[in-house]
Amino acid sequence: MTAPRAPTFVAVLALVLLLAVGAATFLPHGPAPIEGLRAGAYEPPRAAPDFSLRGSAGTTAALAPHRGKVVLLTFGFTNCAAVCPTTLSTLAQARRSLGNAADAVQVIFVTVDPERDTPAGMRAYLAAFDKSFVGATGDSDALAAVRKAYGVTAERNGTGSDYAMVHTSSIFLIDPAGRLRAMMPYGRDPADFVHDIKMLLGQA
Amino acid sequence: MRVRSSQARGKRSRIAAAVAALLLLAGLGWAALAPVHAASRDESFEIPPGTSARRLAGGHGEILPQTIRLTLGLNDVLVLKNRDAAPHIFGPTLIMPGQTFRMPFSMASTYSFLCSAHADGQLTIIVDPAPTPGWKRLRWRWNEWIGKR
Repeated sequence: MTAPRAPTFVAVLALVLLLAVGAATFLPHGPAPIEGLRAGAYEPPRAAPDFSLRGSAGTTAALAPHRGKVVLLTFGFTNCAAVCPTTLSTLAQARRSLGNAADAVQVIFVTVDPERDTPAGMRAYLAAFDKSFVGATGDSDALAAVRKAYGVTAERNGTGSDYAMVHTSSIFLIDPAGRLRAMMPYGRDPADFVHDIKMLLGQA
Repeated sequence: MRVRSSQARGKRSRIAAAVAALLLLAGLGWAALAPVHAASRDESFEIPPGTSARRLAGGHGEILPQTIRLTLGLNDVLVLKNRDAAPHIFGPTLIMPGQTFRMPFSMASTYSFLCSAHADGQLTIIVDPAPTPGWKRLRWRWNEWIGKR
């Protein structure tokens, strides 16, 4: 009467193991967190909200064509006196420090000032920092939607044609799979970007 | 006999005072020079469940202080958690439901972030350097002891 117990126990154990392996293999699970980023990291990361804006190169500016690269997404305006030039200069320096890996990095600069930032004007402005940088503009509603998706604020400050824009100055780091991984606050060194880009590219 | 006993008592109290002074000096020396450690370097804040519903119903109350003070090497990692069912602008960033945002600081400075969760739209994070051996470390330990931090 007690003989069948052992085979039954083994069968149940095998079934439990099989279910556990199946669950681990097929149930959806997020990517492993990346420890040690110098930027502020989101856990779990979400898909970076994509957009379709007018690009400074004359084509559509969007995230999807840059899958496989680390995208550094920043918001600003070309008439900015200090913050935007500093950020763009930092990102250009970080790209130069990366050597061949720079090809796996795309900077996208989304304007918060569509009234003054034309695609051609942005192209000339960005090329002074790095010819690979892409500018993005569009109508006010489209740009506001992108800002909202990233939690970015932008507000006009001043009157007349010489106004400024007060805006979020952080830089968003999007991994090669298109996930919003981290946010680097304004003022960090190029070395911090190089460190985190290498981690996102799996080279660190 | 009485004179000798009084002399012995005086000697004993002098020795006790010397030992107490020595212990106090050793304690102060340790407090001023021993390295400072923290079990966790996280300074955590979270949006509790139901926050969005409470705000929609007209409730207010700030979850994040206007100014956050951190110290390098002790509590230099800002951790923001959203446990609500709605996305929130929380400090420097937008955090989705169930998401955690961890931002380490490695340089002592004052950081300003635009933050729509605050009435004046600003969040200030002051990052202090790690307390150096001597007076600063002594003062830090004193503040820890009296619970001022």
